[in-house]
Amino acid sequence: MKSFLMFVRKEFYHIFRDPRTLLILFGMPVALVTLFGFALTNEIKNADVAVLDFDKGQHAQQVQHRLFSSGYFGLRDYATSYPDVAAAFRQGHVKLAVVFPVGFSRDLDHLGHAQVQLVADASDQNTAVSLVNYATAIIKTYEQEHTKRPAGAGPRVEAVARLYFNPGLKAAYTFVPGTMALILLLVSAMLTSITIAREKETGTMEVLLVSPMRQLPIIIGKILPYFLLSFINGLIILALGVWVLDIPQRGSLALLLAETLLYILVALTLGVLISTRAASQQTAMLTSMLSLLLPTLILSGFLFPLESMPLPLQTVSRIIPARYYIVILKGIMIKGLGLRELWRETAVLAGMAGGLLLLALGSLKNRLA
Amino acid sequence: MPAVELLNISKSYGTTPAVRDISLAVEAGELFGLIGPDGAGKTTLFRILTTLLLADAGTATVAGHDVVRDFRAIRNVVGYMPGKFSLYPDLTVQENLEFFAAVFRTTVAENYELVKDIYEQLAPFKNRRSGALSGGMKQKLALCCALIHKPQVLLLDEPTTGVDAVSRQEFWHMLGTLKARGITIVVSTPYMDEAALCERVALLQEGQVLRIDTPAALRAAYPWPLYAVRAARMHPLLQDLRAYPAAHSCYAFGEAAHLSLRQPAPDAAARLTAYLTGHGHTGVVVEPVEATIEDTFMDLLAQRQPSPNSAHDQPAQ
Amino acid sequence: MTNPPNNAAAGRASAAGPVITCQQLTKRFGDFVAVNGISFEVAAGEIFGFLGANGAGKTTAMRMLCGLLGPTEGAATVAGCDVFREPERIKQHIGYMSQKFSLYEDLTVRENIRFYGGVYGLKTAAIREKTTALLQRLGLAAERDTLVGSLPLGWKQKLAFSVALLHEPAVIFLDEPTGGVDPITRRQFWDLIYEAAARGVTIFITTHYMDEAEYCDRVSIMVDGRIDALDTPAGLKRQFGVASMDEVFLHLARGAKNVE
Repeated sequence: MKSFLMFVRKEFYHIFRDPRTLLILFGMPVALVTLFGFALTNEIKNADVAVLDFDKGQHAQQVQHRLFSSGYFGLRDYATSYPDVAAAFRQGHVKLAVVFPVGFSRDLDHLGHAQVQLVADASDQNTAVSLVNYATAIIKTYEQEHTKRPAGAGPRVEAVARLYFNPGLKAAYTFVPGTMALILLLVSAMLTSITIAREKETGTMEVLLVSPMRQLPIIIGKILPYFLLSFINGLIILALGVWVLDIPQRGSLALLLAETLLYILVALTLGVLISTRAASQQTAMLTSMLSLLLPTLILSGFLFPLESMPLPLQTVSRIIPARYYIVILKGIMIKGLGLRELWRETAVLAGMAGGLLLLALGSLKNRLA
Repeated sequence: MPAVELLNISKSYGTTPAVRDISLAVEAGELFGLIGPDGAGKTTLFRILTTLLLADAGTATVAGHDVVRDFRAIRNVVGYMPGKFSLYPDLTVQENLEFFAAVFRTTVAENYELVKDIYEQLAPFKNRRSGALSGGMKQKLALCCALIHKPQVLLLDEPTTGVDAVSRQEFWHMLGTLKARGITIVVSTPYMDEAALCERVALLQEGQVLRIDTPAALRAAYPWPLYAVRAARMHPLLQDLRAYPAAHSCYAFGEAAHLSLRQPAPDAAARLTAYLTGHGHTGVVVEPVEATIEDTFMDLLAQRQPSPNSAHDQPAQ
Repeated sequence: MTNPPNNAAAGRASAAGPVITCQQLTKRFGDFVAVNGISFEVAAGEIFGFLGANGAGKTTAMRMLCGLLGPTEGAATVAGCDVFREPERIKQHIGYMSQKFSLYEDLTVRENIRFYGGVYGLKTAAIREKTTALLQRLGLAAERDTLVGSLPLGWKQKLAFSVALLHEPAVIFLDEPTGGVDPITRRQFWDLIYEAAARGVTIFITTHYMDEAEYCDRVSIMVDGRIDALDTPAGLKRQFGVASMDEVFLHLARGAKNVE
């Protein structure tokens, strides 16, 4: 037992004395989650809007109120004429102009439908489409609430179905859990993947093998320090998700943490397995990057929906641990689900952890090649 | 009972034989040398003895334990220094020693007596990371780490390779002290001059034993009349000696050339001097000389059945 | 570089005077003085042994002379090129071989020779001619299409040495060239060195084998960044009143305070 504790202590020395390890462990996740969280989002915040209100009626006022309280739009200009609007676009002041024609409120009250004109700066096509979509959705919602008529008869702007199923419109909801899963996996696996390989390079593995120390304490001793540190890492990432990237935390926190620990364990054992097979730190690092980064990006359902993939790829995606963790994360955080709904994914992860640990044990030979 | 025994051990990597049918025995308390160049099979032998590799054929015991069946027992009683630098460079001198003590389920205090002499030399640097030590210091620390559990048998794979002459001399001095405490030591080296510091040596080449004996006996076993020949210019001297009709072999040896003759002759030295002077050499000195282990080793190499991939079968020019 | 310098011309020019000159050559790394004002000259065709304990500054000095590292102060020329101003020109005039070889293990013997010939700008016809001569001399003709990785260590060393001489440099720097081989092979390597020296190539060699120090025309021993002794092996032994170079070395290195 003492030799095991000493082993763990030694691993901590390695970690805390290597600035690169610390940077990968704590710097990289924060940087990447923040980067992915903000950069990969096509979400709109406080886009500058010009309003040209020829109506000045009650409905026009209220629609504006809705638009500007949504958080997506900010009033930049209150134009009085079309040339004003055109000038604002030319100067690049605004991204979107909302034009209420004369009689907008009256038409809405009496005819049940009215026209709003949305003019967007299409030099940035994606933003323009999003802005129009967002605005349309807000106007549509208002129209529905204020007329008893079925949807479709509202203001003549194109309705976007996506809006109704994803009213929050927060891209962060899809990107952040995926990013969290990816980063936790990469950091945990990369760090452990080099540890045993490093001992092979320094020749210390040879001395350890020619000692009374068994393989199990070596492997557990390698995993344990990273387990603790990766958990702290996981907490940081979760906190970033909740407080910086505005992901809700609707389910049980204890369950969320327990599942995160389980996922980290899978990632660490994966790293150790790679490490037992690789002869050098470089090989280990490359193997873990190549074998984990791309498959996780592509096959976890993070960037591309699994449902639209060809069957063989869907089958392959079943061995990607991140796939299950993403489902669990979304389930607990966004949908507020519990273990009752998520036990399948949990069982798969637990099975993977056990299986990988056995594989790693089998693969750390008690002799050389 | 021998402390280390190898019986007909063979080992190949793929189709390349590394060790071919080697048998040898090291007595308890003996300082035994495995002498040979790279590729002689020294490291493979150590890995078989330390239970890291399984031999393809033959049996071996260390401290009475079979290397295959009782490998756990062996791992408790041997101290091993692999050929590579085998310390944690990011741990301090002290931390390395404590770690290896714990791995072997002991403490530094418990066996301090054994490493005291060596460790005191390291004490001024005990808080320095081992990666920042000089080659000689690293080697001493590695020896301490290998000794800290008081092993019965010490296995040292090329501990002095790449280390300067001063550190090498100190290291051999330490081995002498450890031997005096009754520890069996098997040490390998590519330096022929270090063979003389062992009690017995095995001369190895390409996985085979050329001969096992004491240094004195190996020197005595040199079969040819041997002369040390000096002259002003070494290169022409070597060329002319090789062309000398009575020459058996001729190799540069420090400042002299060692010439062995096919037949002993009472006036050999005088005839040789005349021959060299006749070839325009100046400052010629010829004197009979005792063979060194290196002479014997080279003679054994030259006698060997040349193997297809041996390096020295080809003429150099 | 605009004009590749003419090797043959440099060779002739240097044959008149010393091929390597060093005056108060110094290299500092921060506060640490790795090489401390060393001065010496090496003549054409001389075999110059460059000895010292680990950490004495040999490697740093050798790197400066090869144009790989800029000196802090002092003056030095190699094959008539100034190490301060013309480090790139030096590289045309020197050969270099270290224990870690300069050959590609996954190329054949012939491919390695062709590659290095190309690196030094030799013409295809010249490379072909030199390849044949070199393989003949080393007795490697039958192995010309063998991967270098599968050759015995001794052959690799001899091949690396010959390849480093391919462009007929004025000086060849050898950094512990004979590690790990058997005594006969090691001596065969020295035969190659003697032959090259007899052709006028200057040999600058470091080694851990003290008997090899005896084969040198002159030997310098570095201690703590300085050259503490420089003479013929016989002269050094006389100076210290000892019988072997080993003792000379031990005598000097024991006084050292820098260790790596």
